Amino acid sequence: MTSNLDPGFLTTMRILLVEDDRDAAEYLRKAFREAGHVVDHAADGEEGLALALDGKYDVLIVDRMLPLRDGLSLVAELRGRGYATSVLILSALGQVDDRVQGLRAGGDDYLPKPYAFTELLARVEALARRGGPQAADSVYKVGELELDRLAHRVSRGGKEIVLQPREFRLLEFLMRHAGQVVTRTMLLENVWDYHFDPQTNVIDVHVSRLRSKVDKGFDEPLIHTVRGAGYMVRPGGG
Amino acid sequence: MTRSAGGTLSLPMKVLRYFSRLMRTTAFKLLAAYLMVFAIFAVSVIAYTAWHTRELIQNQVAIDLDREMRFLSDQYRVGGIQRLVHVLDRRARRPASSIFMLTNFQGEVLAANVADLSLGLLDKPGTRFTTYERVDDSGNGLSTRSHVAYVGVALLPGGYRLLVGRDIEERDTMRDLVARPAQWAVLLIVVLGLAGSIFVTRRVMKRIDAMTATSATIMAGDLSGRLAVDGTGDEFDRLALSLNAMLERIETLMVGLKEVSDNIAHDLKTPLTRLRNGAEEALRSGRSEEDLRDALITTIEESDGLIRTFDGLLMIARAEAGQARSMMSDVDLADIAENVSELYEPLADEQGLDLTVQVEPMTVHGVRELLAQALSNLVDNAIKYGRSPDGARGHVCVTLVRVGQEAVLSVADNGPGISAADRTRVTDRFVRLEASRTLPGSGLGLALVSAVARLHGGHLELDDNQPGLIVRLHLPAKRTDAG
Repeated sequence: MTSNLDPGFLTTMRILLVEDDRDAAEYLRKAFREAGHVVDHAADGEEGLALALDGKYDVLIVDRMLPLRDGLSLVAELRGRGYATSVLILSALGQVDDRVQGLRAGGDDYLPKPYAFTELLARVEALARRGGPQAADSVYKVGELELDRLAHRVSRGGKEIVLQPREFRLLEFLMRHAGQVVTRTMLLENVWDYHFDPQTNVIDVHVSRLRSKVDKGFDEPLIHTVRGAGYMVRPGGG
Repeated sequence: MTRSAGGTLSLPMKVLRYFSRLMRTTAFKLLAAYLMVFAIFAVSVIAYTAWHTRELIQNQVAIDLDREMRFLSDQYRVGGIQRLVHVLDRRARRPASSIFMLTNFQGEVLAANVADLSLGLLDKPGTRFTTYERVDDSGNGLSTRSHVAYVGVALLPGGYRLLVGRDIEERDTMRDLVARPAQWAVLLIVVLGLAGSIFVTRRVMKRIDAMTATSATIMAGDLSGRLAVDGTGDEFDRLALSLNAMLERIETLMVGLKEVSDNIAHDLKTPLTRLRNGAEEALRSGRSEEDLRDALITTIEESDGLIRTFDGLLMIARAEAGQARSMMSDVDLADIAENVSELYEPLADEQGLDLTVQVEPMTVHGVRELLAQALSNLVDNAIKYGRSPDGARGHVCVTLVRVGQEAVLSVADNGPGISAADRTRVTDRFVRLEASRTLPGSGLGLALVSAVARLHGGHLELDDNQPGLIVRLHLPAKRTDAG
C-alpha cells in the first residue's frame, strides 16, 4: 500500500477543548479558528465528558487540573468506555513523572504549560492524522521521494539515498506527517524518545544533515523550515 | 493582671511561682520521690530500733522483778514478817527505782514507799502495769506526780500481800533517748534533702533555661546562635552538641536558600526587566510593522528563556526532594551515553569539535530521562566551553567505565578548563563564571547534574583534564550478569 500526498489534504478539524481558564480557552479558540479549525469548549470535567461522548471530534485537548473532574480521570473514564479519539493533555506540571501519569491514563500526547501555539497546533494536527499516510503503510511518498519502511531504503527520482539509522527514523517521522508542521520537540520525543529540552538546538543540525542528503542536487527542496515552528516535508518549493 | 507581667508581682508571689515552677521539673520530682522513700525507710528503722530497745528493757524489768519477789519471799520465809518489814524499810531508804508495799490481811499497810496505788490492785496476784504516786523523801509533802510502774503482787502465807514494782519511767526515758535524736535526724535529712533537691534542680533548671533562651533567640531569627557546651560531657552536653549539629545544618540550608532566592531574584528579574523594557521600547518607538514584529519575536524568545529557567529550577527542586524516586527502574546507561552522544555529535562537528564515545555495558537503577538530561547538559557544556584556546580542533570524549561498584560516566574536553577554586562553585545554581556570561545558558546545567547525581545516590566530580575539564558522574552500578 502506498499513499500519495494531496497538498491540500488538511481539512477542518473539530476539536474539543476542556479548559477551565476562560481567557486561555478564548485565546485557543481564536487561534485554532485562524488556523482553520473548529473548537468546542467545556469549562469543567463533567461538561467535557458529556460533550466528548455526545459529539464527534477529531482531537480532544484536556487540561489536567479541572473543576468537578480532573483531566486524568476524564481521560481514563473515556478510555474505559472504549472512546478512541486522540487526546492531548495540557498541564502546568511538566515533569517526567507527570507526563508518564498522563500517558498512562490514556492520553496520546502531553504538553506542558506554557507552550507555543505553533507547538500545540502541530501536535494536534499530528494527532488528527487526517489524509496523510497511515501507520500501516509500508512506503511513504512525497513527490519523487520514496521511503520504504520494511526494506529501510530511501530513494529520490529512482536514485538511492544512503542514510544513517537515526537519519532514516528522522525522515520517516517527517514523511509520516508530510504536509504538517513537525516541531523540534516532537522530533526529539519521537525519534530519540527524550522529553527534556536540550539547551542548544541539536535537532536543527540533524535536520540540516538530513537535508543535505535528501535535497542537495535537486531543484525542488522537500524539507522545509517553518519559521518559528519547526519543519515540514512537502512537495513544491517556497 | 496578666501572667506575663512578672515585674508587677509581689515578692512572695514571685517566690511562690518560682517554687511551683521548680516543683514541676522532672529533676525535682525524682529527687522528692527518692527523698520520700528514704525517709520512710529511715523512720521504719528507727521505729524498729526503738521498739526493740523497749522490749529489751521490759524483759530485763520482768526478770529483775521476779528475782526481787523471790528474794523477799525467801526473807519472809526465813525471818517472818519482822524480817521482811525490816528489809523493806532498809530498801525504802535507798534511792532506787523499785517500789514496794506490804499489807496484812486487813489491808493495813505495814511498809511501803508509795503513796497511792489503784484500788484493788493488791487483790489480784500477778504482774501488770499501773500508776502510782511516790512518797517524796525530800520532805516537802506529797508529790503529786504520778508514775507508771510494772508491778507484781504475791500472797504470802498469813494473809500478807506483798507488792513489788519497778518504775518504768526509766524504760521510756531510754526509749526516748534513742528515738528523739533519731527523729531529729530524720527531720534533718528531709530538710537537707529538700535543700539539696532544690539546689540540684536549680542547676538543671538553669541549663534548661539557658537552652530554652537560646532556642528562643534562634527561633526569633538569629540562626548563628548555639547552645552552650560546658565540656563536662554529661547528657546535657551531648544533647547540646547534637542540637548544635542540627542548627549548623539548618543554618547551611538557610544560607543556601537565601543565596538561591537572591540568585533567582537576579537571574529571573534581569530577563524580566529586559522583556518589559523591550516591549515598552517597541511600543514607544516602533514605527513600522516590521519593528513591532521583531520586538514581539524577541519578547517570545525572552519568555522561552525564562520558562526554561523555571523548568530547570523545578526539575532541580524535584530531583532534590527525591520525588522522582518512584520513577526509577533499571536503566541501560551505556545506551543513554551512546544516544546522547549521537544526538550531540552533529552539533559538535558543526562547532569544530570531535565527539567520541567509549562505553562498556552498564546498568544503573535510575530515571532514564533525568540521566539523559544530566549527560546532555554535560555534553552541551563541553561543546560550548571545550574548544581549545589555541584554535586547534577541540575534542569531547564521553566515556563510561566501571570502577569497583561505581559506574563512572565522564565527559572530558580540552578547552580552557575551570580553575580549582571555581570547581566547587560551578555546581551551585545560577553560578556562571565570568568567561561564560556572554554565552547563552541559564546557569542551572551543572546544578541539575549534581542534583540528579545525588538523587541516584551518586556524586559529581570536576577535575583537571590537563588541559581542559573532565566532569565525572559517579553512580552506583547494578551488578553485571558477567559477574
